[in-house]
Formats: sequence, C-alpha cells, structure tokens
Amino acid sequence: MSTLVLNGISIKINEEGFLVDPSEWTREIAEEIAKEEGIAELTAAHWKVIEYCRQYGLESGKAPTLRTITNNAGVSTKEIFNLFPKGPAKKVAKISGLDKPEGCV
Amino acid sequence: MEEETRKVAFICSKGDLDMAYPALVMGWAALGNGIDVTIFFTFWGLDLINKQRVDRLEIAPVANTSMKMSMMGVKTGNLGIPNIMGVLPGMTAFATKLMKDKMEALEVPPVREYLQMLVDAGAKLYACKMSVDMMELGMDDFIDGVIDIVTAGDFMDMTEGAQIIFI
Repeated sequence: MSTLVLNGISIKINEEGFLVDPSEWTREIAEEIAKEEGIAELTAAHWKVIEYCRQYGLESGKAPTLRTITNNAGVSTKEIFNLFPKGPAKKVAKISGLDKPEGCV
Repeated sequence: MEEETRKVAFICSKGDLDMAYPALVMGWAALGNGIDVTIFFTFWGLDLINKQRVDRLEIAPVANTSMKMSMMGVKTGNLGIPNIMGVLPGMTAFATKLMKDKMEALEVPPVREYLQMLVDAGAKLYACKMSVDMMELGMDDFIDGVIDIVTAGDFMDMTEGAQIIFI
C-alpha cells in the first residue's frame, strides 16, 4: 500500500494504483487519476460512465465489468474504448475509485 | 519513450461452440487491458466468422470425456454421458442448448455479439486464405468486421512481436 498525494490531499492506493478506500474518492481525485492515466480532461461523456460506476460500486462493493457498463450506462463498446483508450477496464475502475473489476466479460 | 503496446494474436482453428469462446474471452480481457488483439480464423475456425454458421455452432457429447451426466443436472459424479447415448439424434442439439443456457445465465454474449464487441473494441479479424479457398468461401460469407483474407505469411508479418495463442 502506498499513498498518492494530489493537491495536498493524500489518498491510500494499492500496488496497482487502485484506491484502497472508495469513500475517499472525490471528483477532483478522479480528474487527477485520469490525467495520470493519459486522459487530459474528463468530459460529460466520461462522467456519465464514472457516475454509473460509482453508483454500481456503492451498491455492490465491486467495480462493474465493461459489458456491465455498456449494457447499463447508455454507452457503446466503441465509445468506451474511445473515451478511455488503451485499457478501459482498469482505467474506468481506477478513475472511479473502485478496485479492479471481477468477472471476465 | 513511450512503452510499446503489448500484442496478442489468436489462431482459431476450431468451430465447436466450446472452442469458440477461449479467444473471445481472452481477447476481450486483453482489449480491456489495453493489449492489441489480432485473430486469425483458419480451417473449422472459419465457422466463427461465417454468417451462415456463427449462430449455429454446436457442441457434441460423443467422445467428449469431460462431459459428465452431472452437467445435465443428474448428480452422478464422474459418470460420463455414454457415447452410445451421444449418437442418438438430438443429443448434439441438446448439449448445445445446455451450454448456451449456461452461458446466457452467466451473461456471456452469444458468439456473433461477442465478436462484434471485440471488433468495436479494436480487435482485427482475418480469414486464412488456404482454408477460404478450400471451403470455397469469400468475403461476402463473413460477418462485418473481418478485415481481409490473408496468407499464413501475411499473418506472420502482421503479428511480429505478438504473443501467439493457437486454439
């Protein structure tokens, strides 16, 4: 476990960079993690996905898989791969302050 | 310097329903993790991208030593489905239905939809020229998303540096 310091706030993250405590998540933290993941700016389309993931995470305690997101968040496979290029599965979960998604689809 | 993107290439040579899924599942996982995916369909594997065949893939219980009675809901441990039963008309359709139902219960999409997901996520699909010629098929026979019919040599060129998985 290590600590990530963003704008003076320190957040606990695990070895792979996922938040240890999802309740420490804020929109500002999401923006900072997104930058580290190569996404310069989070647009409304990004937020639609992130907000769905947050809600899913709070209800189930898990991160949704990509197919769960595309089935329920009103975003297509093409869009999610464009919004979060090069590995959306982990990126979305990380930015949403959740753990790595479980499940294969 | 930017880190080079990891590349994985699958060779799908089987057209059975159970053998369709490994490349789909691993390919989808790879794309989700930012890995470049190429899939080369050869021999019976062409059934996976054949418009007429993709929704009709089957699994046969005959000579399948892993298929046990317990999979049909009969809790008999290691007792297999007898081959003599497997040859009865309708047994292949029955086993296929069983597998499709189990996959659906797990929210695993059917092969056609799964392939579309992979294509939308950036996977590159190719058909093997020799198999296509042998089976007298053409691009018109294939689902959308198949980029081209290529030779084994082309496949080797386009997968330089990739990890190759043969199924």
